[in-house]
Amino acid sequence: MKIERRDFLKGVLGGGLLLAADAGPAAGRSPGKELPPNAVGILYDATLCIGCQVCVGACKQANNMPPEHTAGTDPLWDNPRDLSASTMNIIKKYGSGDYPVKDTVAGYSFVKRHCMHCLDPACVSACPPSALRKNPDTGVVTYDKKACIGCRYCQIACPFNIPKFEWHSAAPLIVKCQLCSHLLAKGGISACCAACPTGASLFGRVEDLRQEAKRRLAMTPGQAYDFPVAHLGAKEFQSHKAGRYVQQVYGESEVGGTQYLLLAGVPFDKIGLPALPSESFVALADGIQYAIYKGMVYPLVVLGGLIYMIRKGEGNRH
Amino acid sequence: MTTPAPLDKKIYTWNFKACAVIAGLAGLCLLWRFFFGIGSVSNMNDGYPWGIWIAYDVVIGTALACGGYAMALLVYVFNKGEYHPLVRPALMTSLFGYTLAGISVMIDLGRYWQAYNIFLPWRSNFHSVMFEVAVCIATYVMVLWVEFAPAILEKLKADALRAKLNRVIFVFIALGILLPTMHQSSLGTMMLMAGYKLSPLWRTGFLPLLFLLTALLVGYAIVMVESFICQAWFKTPSEMPLLSKIARFLPWLLGFYLVVRMESINLAGNIGLAFNGSLQGNMFLLENLLLIAAFVILVQPKNRVRPKMLFLSASAIVVGASLYRLNTYIIGFDPGTGWRYFPSMPELLITLGVVATEGMAYMWVVNKLPVLPKAEHA
Repeated sequence: MKIERRDFLKGVLGGGLLLAADAGPAAGRSPGKELPPNAVGILYDATLCIGCQVCVGACKQANNMPPEHTAGTDPLWDNPRDLSASTMNIIKKYGSGDYPVKDTVAGYSFVKRHCMHCLDPACVSACPPSALRKNPDTGVVTYDKKACIGCRYCQIACPFNIPKFEWHSAAPLIVKCQLCSHLLAKGGISACCAACPTGASLFGRVEDLRQEAKRRLAMTPGQAYDFPVAHLGAKEFQSHKAGRYVQQVYGESEVGGTQYLLLAGVPFDKIGLPALPSESFVALADGIQYAIYKGMVYPLVVLGGLIYMIRKGEGNRH
Repeated sequence: MTTPAPLDKKIYTWNFKACAVIAGLAGLCLLWRFFFGIGSVSNMNDGYPWGIWIAYDVVIGTALACGGYAMALLVYVFNKGEYHPLVRPALMTSLFGYTLAGISVMIDLGRYWQAYNIFLPWRSNFHSVMFEVAVCIATYVMVLWVEFAPAILEKLKADALRAKLNRVIFVFIALGILLPTMHQSSLGTMMLMAGYKLSPLWRTGFLPLLFLLTALLVGYAIVMVESFICQAWFKTPSEMPLLSKIARFLPWLLGFYLVVRMESINLAGNIGLAFNGSLQGNMFLLENLLLIAAFVILVQPKNRVRPKMLFLSASAIVVGASLYRLNTYIIGFDPGTGWRYFPSMPELLITLGVVATEGMAYMWVVNKLPVLPKAEHA
């Protein structure tokens, strides 16, 4: 009888160790996520951006967000310094010294930051009551305040630090870009793209946006090309000289791919977009959880074993 | 053998009153938090969305409350009945620790009134590590109350109910071992989601195993520390022979932990980060030196019978393993956009208030309920 107990223990311990060993970096590797059938997104081209911030204002208008007054500047202006609970979209500037040439490492560049609408979103995976969901059709990552419990695990999990929290509210919300879902529902496009005067923010189907990005990367710098404005398939085009692009579409493969894609003339880590692996961080955590809790088989087996041993030991203890 | 009995001493001592004052002040800060938002009392921010309320009150707090789990594993699974006198006091601190961790979560949740959403089947996200942790901890708090119920029923002289409960209690004992195994390891998995924001000194696929091991290590160590403190404060009889026995297998557990801890970092080629003089590197060294010190003390058999050495090494384990958890949740976490976090005074006060409440509950219960072994001459 003693031997049985010992064998069982060995089995349990061995199983646990195997699971733990399995949980090494090689485990939980899932193939890159596929695009939802009607995935829509935005292509931002920093070389076309003139930093006018019309998109920032348009975003606030479309989503009823309050203006932000920072520093001691004229309180007339909305001048957010970063994404916050009242700013879901922002234009930031990378600058190095006084060199005035745009889109060069020694000069300066703009960058537009908001939710990337990841294909394998960490926030959605993290959210315990499914307040953050990825729309199975459009791929837009949406937020439901009726479900949210305010745990802020989405903020921990997001590799881009996008979700923001209303720290000074008694009934706080998580705030992040939802790609103007309310406008999409009416057949419209996101406010930032509709407002952009140069086509730097371009709305469209992600597949098409990827192709458009590839077309731009193949352009000869300095030569004039036609660039669509507002959304792909629109009638309006503008002629611009092609920028000197860094040969990378940011968001094509980062953390499994995103529906917000970026092109720039300076390396992306300079404009606050970290170099990320093509494997999302969700996969590892998910792999471990899946290995242990798949169908609750292991936990139930262990529970059965525990009950057996406790009952059997009762005689010895009394 | 000594049987547990109420201490029946004066409850409202100066210690108790000091705790009450701290808890009262914390209560005022809490009012502020609930009317004006978390940001009005704490320094948490969009870069560091989790502060000490999660890292200390929940992640470290539940480890400190793992005495019940660790002892139950020893007594019921490894069938070492002789440790039984240590179970009830351990169970009580587990009960307090977990109940207060649950309350701390409610303080920390921005939309606490919707917390039940986690448990609505059509809302539950089975992929979320936190979902698993929430379900396990919520269930475990209830299991702990049932496990502790015999002590209360004894006092109430509700013998019929006690006999009935005794017949089914094995199910709760089993759950009381399974549930902490699940959620304590998941507390580690939880931070894997932080990805590159967590320093490679703490980010490894072995996080769940390391969190499970620290839960057990702290569980056994805290039982020792508490036993020594009770001896000193409440003059309960010495439990040295039993503690020495625990000290005999503790180095194995600790050694295994240290090997996994070091090798998971070393094999990934990141051990050099420990020596670059940064805060993260230094905290890594501090955390592990404490545990190595405890290991060095405990591997020597002569130290296992010296109360002072045992107390010292057990304390080093408690502090070192707690630091491991603090580092994983706060020090090792860097969102990378110039964010800083250090808790504010009211934020600290709320955490202190939780600890003070636990202290008061402890003092009240050991005097009123049969938990601690009573000295023979009393």
